[in-house]
Amino acid sequence: MPGRGMPHERRAGGSVTTITVDGRVVGFAPGATVMEAALAGGIDIPRLCHHPELRPSGGCRLCLVEVEGMPKPVPACGLACRDGMVVATVGDRLWAMRREIIDLFVSEHPLACSTCEADGACDLQRYAAAVGVTESTHPTEVHRSLYQDDNPFFVRDHQYCILCGKCVRVCDEVVGVNAIDFAGRGFESHVATPFDGDLIESACVFCGSCVQVCPTAALRPVTRLRRGREAEFARVRTICGYCGVGCGIEYALAEGQIVYAAGYPGAPVNGEFLCAKGRSGWDFVSSPDRLTRPLVRRDLAYRAGLTTDPWEMPDTSPLGSRKADTEAFLPVSWEVALGLVADRLAAVVTEHGPDAVAGLASARCTNEENYLFQKLMRAGIGTNNVDHCARLCHASTVAGLGAAFGSGAMTNPIREIREADCLLITGSNTAESHPVIGYEVVRAVKRGASLVIIDPRRIPLVDHATLWLQPRPGMDVFVFLAMMHVILRGGWEDPAFIAERTEGFEALAAAVREHPPEVAALASGVPAALIEEAARVYALGARAAGGDERPRGRGRSSILYAMGITQRSNGTDLVRALADLAMLCGHLGKPATGVNPLRGQSNVQGACDVGALPNVLPGYQPVADAEKRAAVAAAWGVSHLPESPGLTVVEMMRAATAGRVRAMYVMGENPMISDPNLTHVEEALRSLDLLVVQDIFPSETALLAHVILPAASSLEKDGTFTNTERRVQLLAPVVPAPGQARPDWEIVGRLAEAVAARLGREGGPRWRFGSTADIMAELGQVTPQYRGIGHERLEGESLVWPCPAPGHPGTPILHTTAFTRGRGLFHPVRAALPAEQPDDEYPLILTTGRILVHYHSGTMTRRSESLAWREPRGFAEVNAADAATAGVLDGKPMIIRSRRGEVRTQARVTDRVPPGVVFLSFHWKEGAANLLTSDESLDPVAKIPELKVSAVRIERPARP
Amino acid sequence: MRPATLRVGMSTCGLAAGAGAAHRALTREIALRELPLRLEGTGCLGACHREPLVEVLDGAGAVLYGPITEEAVGPLLDHLSGAGAPVPEDRVVSRRGDRSDYPFLGRQQKLTTQLCGVIDPHSLDAYLAHGGYEALRQARRTPPEQVVEAVKASRLRGRGGAGFPTGAKWEISRAQRRRPKYVVCNADEGDPGAFMDRTLIEGDPHRVIEGMLIGAWATGATGAYVYIRAEYPLAVAALQEAIGQARELGVVGRDVFGTGTPFEIVVKEGAGAFVCGEETALMRSIEGHRGMPTMRPPYPSEHGLWGHPTTINNVETFAAVPSIMLEGPGWFAAMGTERCGGTKAFALAGAIERSGLVEVPMGMTLREMVYEIGGGCRGGRAFKAVQLGGPSGGCVPAGLLDTRIDYEDLRATGAIMGSGGMVVADETNCMVDLARFFLAFTQDESCGKCVPCRVGARKMLDLLTAATQGRAAPGDLRRLESLCRTVEAASLCGLGQTAPNPVRTTLRYFPEEYAAHMEERRCPAGVCPMSGGQEAA
Repeated sequence: MPGRGMPHERRAGGSVTTITVDGRVVGFAPGATVMEAALAGGIDIPRLCHHPELRPSGGCRLCLVEVEGMPKPVPACGLACRDGMVVATVGDRLWAMRREIIDLFVSEHPLACSTCEADGACDLQRYAAAVGVTESTHPTEVHRSLYQDDNPFFVRDHQYCILCGKCVRVCDEVVGVNAIDFAGRGFESHVATPFDGDLIESACVFCGSCVQVCPTAALRPVTRLRRGREAEFARVRTICGYCGVGCGIEYALAEGQIVYAAGYPGAPVNGEFLCAKGRSGWDFVSSPDRLTRPLVRRDLAYRAGLTTDPWEMPDTSPLGSRKADTEAFLPVSWEVALGLVADRLAAVVTEHGPDAVAGLASARCTNEENYLFQKLMRAGIGTNNVDHCARLCHASTVAGLGAAFGSGAMTNPIREIREADCLLITGSNTAESHPVIGYEVVRAVKRGASLVIIDPRRIPLVDHATLWLQPRPGMDVFVFLAMMHVILRGGWEDPAFIAERTEGFEALAAAVREHPPEVAALASGVPAALIEEAARVYALGARAAGGDERPRGRGRSSILYAMGITQRSNGTDLVRALADLAMLCGHLGKPATGVNPLRGQSNVQGACDVGALPNVLPGYQPVADAEKRAAVAAAWGVSHLPESPGLTVVEMMRAATAGRVRAMYVMGENPMISDPNLTHVEEALRSLDLLVVQDIFPSETALLAHVILPAASSLEKDGTFTNTERRVQLLAPVVPAPGQARPDWEIVGRLAEAVAARLGREGGPRWRFGSTADIMAELGQVTPQYRGIGHERLEGESLVWPCPAPGHPGTPILHTTAFTRGRGLFHPVRAALPAEQPDDEYPLILTTGRILVHYHSGTMTRRSESLAWREPRGFAEVNAADAATAGVLDGKPMIIRSRRGEVRTQARVTDRVPPGVVFLSFHWKEGAANLLTSDESLDPVAKIPELKVSAVRIERPARP
Repeated sequence: MRPATLRVGMSTCGLAAGAGAAHRALTREIALRELPLRLEGTGCLGACHREPLVEVLDGAGAVLYGPITEEAVGPLLDHLSGAGAPVPEDRVVSRRGDRSDYPFLGRQQKLTTQLCGVIDPHSLDAYLAHGGYEALRQARRTPPEQVVEAVKASRLRGRGGAGFPTGAKWEISRAQRRRPKYVVCNADEGDPGAFMDRTLIEGDPHRVIEGMLIGAWATGATGAYVYIRAEYPLAVAALQEAIGQARELGVVGRDVFGTGTPFEIVVKEGAGAFVCGEETALMRSIEGHRGMPTMRPPYPSEHGLWGHPTTINNVETFAAVPSIMLEGPGWFAAMGTERCGGTKAFALAGAIERSGLVEVPMGMTLREMVYEIGGGCRGGRAFKAVQLGGPSGGCVPAGLLDTRIDYEDLRATGAIMGSGGMVVADETNCMVDLARFFLAFTQDESCGKCVPCRVGARKMLDLLTAATQGRAAPGDLRRLESLCRTVEAASLCGLGQTAPNPVRTTLRYFPEEYAAHMEERRCPAGVCPMSGGQEAA
């Protein structure tokens, strides 16, 4: 099989072998093709169908080269290097042949280059110019006339298509959905969806990877149509603001407006591929709903003398309103708004003490902003009541992996996933929630890796799975324990790793002895044989049949997991079970292995890292640790810092209802959608004396606020995000913020100054910073993992923490020689059942999650025209058996009822969920999943609510 | 009357000529007349020009009658029962068991087709009675390496047309360490007018299966596919029935030869794409993808189905293997030339007196084929050329008729052995039109992946169409020649690389016909419309 990837990456053991290309000697790694070796050696070979991330096709015939000893020219893209090979890429005969080939391409291609939107960015144009073809010597016949604009993402303009097939291959090899392929034969061949139907009827996920690799104007983003030539666009690169993958995106701009977004080669995480949200979900920035001025609610404005009209807050829930309407608010200046907030906050601190104030930082804001926010809470107000939505996603990871390894983050880089021999995915709908990591999984499978999926739902990646274990929701812990039982029984553990790197093995071995697969089968519904096979495949890193061959010995297995594991009342235990599994087999500290929590938000990793948590200071230094607390206090210039851990997200709401918390400052979070049991959340927020919400949109939470502060979005500011693999990357402003919206760090800094003044604490900690780089410099001083990371080092590259010193190269793989805590600690996990079990009244289990084209509370994606077109409204997945029992029909309204509340949504009858399970995505305020979830059953360690398991029943509404 | 057995050729060609109705009439009449005649349906003897064929074996001899259509059944039975006049001589093909009185059959050397038209293809017992599966048993008692050596020594070469030495291919597959390995039988016979594979599978399916099983033993394969045209319903059914019988026999199935190891043969029907006869496209199609060729190397022997070592051979190649095992490689090699052993089947068609399926030893000359077996051109017209290898092949003119049937000798003429299509053209055929016909076929069947084939072949066709319509422009001949070179040199797979062959060879041997069309706007044979394409529009 011809190799892929840059040859130098694969060069091993100094065994460099060489070929001669056009008289130059270039090295190559085993498996490299002549094309790869030549490109790596700086020799350009003409090519139209080659792409470094795709398997060679050999269809364009431009890369034909002459090789000594071969009778005919051969394509360099498919030719494996052999030591001593002598290759000529130039020469009269080759150029004559290339000219004839270009001549044939051009004979069926429109030659209106000067008005073509790909002018200057078209590979065919480039090569035609190179060989001097300005028109075809053959009669020109532009015969593919199909123009398909059946969707708001991109158009398919077949007249420009040269059938290089890159779109077909990227859809197969990277995205793994095969929405398109060649159809027709001979001259009539074209790229088509099944039966040339609309894209929405195909398997297309609208990621636009086909658009990315198209060498001509055949595939163009809709937003790019009639916007001029490529050369006229300005370009800015920044980091995507959606999920935690941290893709690099390049925005093309015309007159300061975004024209389209694209990937770019060399982005450290994503290469040049993106998902639908990253590529198309940027148009929210110019939504008319954006907050552009500070707003004060009219009742507070009246009380503060800003208006003479009295007003009372109605008790209608913002969840019920169709449109986010800010008529209840009075626009004011920044001075007035911040003064008002500072007055009120100071008053609460003075009257009720600092712990009556609570703050929610944001996983969507930068490291610098979160750092400043938690500093405000701790050093400015004097409370540890700071938390953010990581509480609701990976708190159990931070707790569980922290206890097992010493640090709670992905152990291995995303780009290594493709190198794995076995991937175990559980509780993660990777292809929809982290699509670009899904591409890595697809690539691993295409290279022969086995894929083991443990999930109650038939998630899209099941199409690629070697083994799919479908436990009943909440019963996966039995499967994990039984897998360990089987591994020990089969002698598949790694005794050397256990002996040298871990502790507590005996207790674990004793505990899992109680869990044979037959018992797990009874509890989980997964056949024992399937558990045994999954255990074998994972433990040994066994590749799938049909895959490329690997040397004998233990392969490399990697675990990927997400909310399906963590949002559970035993989430910490489940995380520790996965850690136990990896340690047992020694799948840690090596490339393409590890335990990898996939984090959901652009900077949820960073927000945790910089201390936006109630129990730790920046860098996970416990607030209870007097020494560390004192060091941070000294660095900040305060005499002391609060020592008792603060309230978590759910605890804050309870405390607010109880009157113990009187003021809340919410930066870029929307607990009115994202927190469990929304009825309670609304009650809590309404009971506050002061609710300040800082956001880019009038979110459901903002509509309950006293003061709304307009913030800049991630596309409008600089700073850093830390992605799920701990990679710190620099943002760049792409467009200006609308109106008076300001970056969060500026707002937090000014508010902190004002609060300090009200409390008479001037001259204390530094609040005024000239730039985010300045904040980062201070952040690095108090955050050990970030000590070596400054903005100056991040220009044009990225660093993976821990990076403890300025010259340190970063640490892509954790725990290579020792665990952060020294030895890895096994933890005998108890098999616990979900807190809420189905019963006669609520016989089904509700599980929640994301869908591909929407993101969290939907404030951004539902304001993106194309994404909203793909999924305009909420829906729930229900199995045909349950639907029939309840009389619910596909595509028709359905009511889901739990002990907390009820939601009306649209039913999708599908076999993606087994009987007994209902899936509801949580992006929809008009059908908010969290009206149903419980805030009672919290994980005892991480305090994470059990969002993934709720007992419900479904009904057909009386009124259709 | 003497009891006798009547064999009726019931293959596709026989049925098309009316064998079904004849068979029904025979069944009815034998029963009504209570004649001591046993009726057997067989495959095709190859004498398609005399179908439906009925052979009468009465212990004393064998007489082959044809054509025996429905209305001829009564007179035939009258004659056999002594009640009527002799069958007219023009319905008697041969009165001798060795067919020496009918050169079309007598000059042949039947090896792979030896039981076609002889046994009932639906009967495993019939195959066993003729030594069936004995070669497999023998092979399985021999170390696989020695089986490979025997095939090498036999000088058997790929009968699909390319002529790669089969033993060498098996040796490469055998050497691969990856498991599982596969054997694939290429029965995607797509050349227009070619029906060797169809005849073989319809007439003697077990021979193909036995050859595959020997190949699997030799290469270490544990599974097999037959990729066959869906347009061959009888062959597909025969094959599936035979695989079922082989399963009952215990040579295929969960426990082969009681060894506890499974071996399955899966029949995969094609979807009508000519390019799927190309081995890499064929494998893509089996894998469930659109059948499009991929680059070689890597070759299937190393990196085939799902990335596993895969031995792909043509139907006829596999069918030759049992005889090599039973009779010995020396015997097989001695039949052919110094470079190539054994026999080759051809589908003789076109302007020929006697058309049909013929199997001859390698080394026979084309002249013997055309004149002795084929009986020369139909109606005594003058021979012009013979097109070998279908749309991928080339033509051989009268002056080269003494060329031997041998891969290299044929290639030297510009034609190829090909899979066995042999179309004879006489003086009334236009060679430009013939080239245009074949090119129209290949360009239509191009998969569209590479531009020389997809667009280049189309542009060639446009030029030829213009020439045959009297619309050729100055410089067209030069453009055509240039395109021939580009398409041949730059195309990805064999389909494109060989597509220009009919044009190149007709250009080489009949330049005056091209000159007449393109310069004088005249078709010497009077075939082409030359009317500026008016009626074509």
